[in-house]
Amino acid sequence: MSVDLSLLPDGGVGWLDASGQYSDIVLSTRIRLARNVEGYAFTGRARDGERLRVLAQVREAVATVPSLNEAVMYRLDELPPTSRALLHERHLVSKELAGLDGQHPLRTGAAVFLADGLGLMVNEEDHLRLQALRSGFALQEAFAAIDKLDRDLGSRVPYSFHNEFGFLTACPTNVGTGMRGSVLIHLPGLVLTKEIGKVLASLQQMGLTYRGLYGEGSEVVGNFFQISNQTTLGRSEEELLDQLLRVVGHVVEREAEARRVLLRDAGYIIEDKLWRAYGTLRYARSLTFDEAMNYLSGVRLAVGLKLISTLSVYTLNKLLIFSQAAHLAYTEGRALTESETNLARARYVRKALEEEAGSVG
Amino acid sequence: MLCDSCHERDAVVHLTTIENNAVHQLHLCERCAAERGVETTVAAPKHPLGEFLQAVHQQVTAGGGGAGASGEGLRCNFCNMTMADFRATGRWGCARCYTTFEAGIRELLRRVHGNHRHVGRAYRPPMSESLERSSALGELKERLRRAIESEQFELAADLRDRIRVLE
Repeated sequence: MSVDLSLLPDGGVGWLDASGQYSDIVLSTRIRLARNVEGYAFTGRARDGERLRVLAQVREAVATVPSLNEAVMYRLDELPPTSRALLHERHLVSKELAGLDGQHPLRTGAAVFLADGLGLMVNEEDHLRLQALRSGFALQEAFAAIDKLDRDLGSRVPYSFHNEFGFLTACPTNVGTGMRGSVLIHLPGLVLTKEIGKVLASLQQMGLTYRGLYGEGSEVVGNFFQISNQTTLGRSEEELLDQLLRVVGHVVEREAEARRVLLRDAGYIIEDKLWRAYGTLRYARSLTFDEAMNYLSGVRLAVGLKLISTLSVYTLNKLLIFSQAAHLAYTEGRALTESETNLARARYVRKALEEEAGSVG
Repeated sequence: MLCDSCHERDAVVHLTTIENNAVHQLHLCERCAAERGVETTVAAPKHPLGEFLQAVHQQVTAGGGGAGASGEGLRCNFCNMTMADFRATGRWGCARCYTTFEAGIRELLRRVHGNHRHVGRAYRPPMSESLERSSALGELKERLRRAIESEQFELAADLRDRIRVLE
């Protein structure tokens, strides 16, 4: 059985429609809550039967939760690797749940419920990982949605909760609120002006941390950073989000300032560099993933600086997702070798840019 | 500009130091800068859990443990987790572990989060009387299964009695 993404209400990509505040700098906002169901060992220590019972219990509860009762459910443990990779590339399931992180085997009972902007992973490192995904900088909206889901689900399924330690999680770094808010942000201006080191170092002093495009353990590529709260205990959900809101707002301002400086002090050099990036994407015949990300980063900056005006941020967001290996294989309808993937990627990007090109330049 | 130290590679790090009110400028290549402990790239965020696990390990290998705060010698009665298991994986086995290893966990949470007290949303699990009984029953049955698996027959007999009462 392979995955049919057309079943998803928004194709699972509503979060990259480029709406929301600062959408040229902030791609998306995600909040996740880690929860465990009382009465079972945590996922990593549970046996297959326990995980299946957790799934059955959650499935029954989900049927009566308003925001999830029309959700599509995928059993990851029944999907082939290509379909699991597809869901992962759309940021709908974690690498661990998809059994693709090379450290954890694909678990019996691994599943995900997906609705419009909401997701519920079952049998991830914790029994439950609730997530809300929004386009642009939208922490409050994402929190309102996830908090509602959490209350609805928590009144049907008993969570493990400790009066002193809060919501209990497998990893001590998530205990307490179990909440991780993260903002996927594009910071080429700060990278080019070499200010990024200072900004990232200051994040850590503010109790925040950063990761690459795919969260924990992933590398920073294409100047995309995920900024999130480091600690989950000792402060309330509102305080943690407020801190993230203020700091990311500040980082956005710094990025905007860096872009102004670049244009002012190195206008033609930047312009030349960005148009070259566009030219490469428009005409290259083979592109590796890293190359594509880096050139897309350049073109995205050019659109943000209004050097290129006929290309939409939405198209660029889609390119980020659809130029990944599993998506290319899905589009081509067959498994691809690495070099075939690079050819297909260049072809896909070329076509997308041609379609929107019109009178670019 | 060549590196002031090796005079071979290009200087990419320009270090300004002030000693006794005198300003010194030093131009270094990346390698020589690294040798002097000057960070040239953005350091990966530190992972407090990694540091803690290392600290626990040192404490154990130094012989300062015992069944005190470190939780050595304890075993979770629900999932059979020990501190050694936790050190190996960095993950607790079940919610009960938080009670079993409470003292050690408090210290761990202080290190990881700078705090050990949850101040976020409070929560009360849904508990009708029948649900309470069935969840207690489910848990006892789970423990029974585990007790039998690990051949703890005395515990198993005790659990079986308790299940009978509830049923």
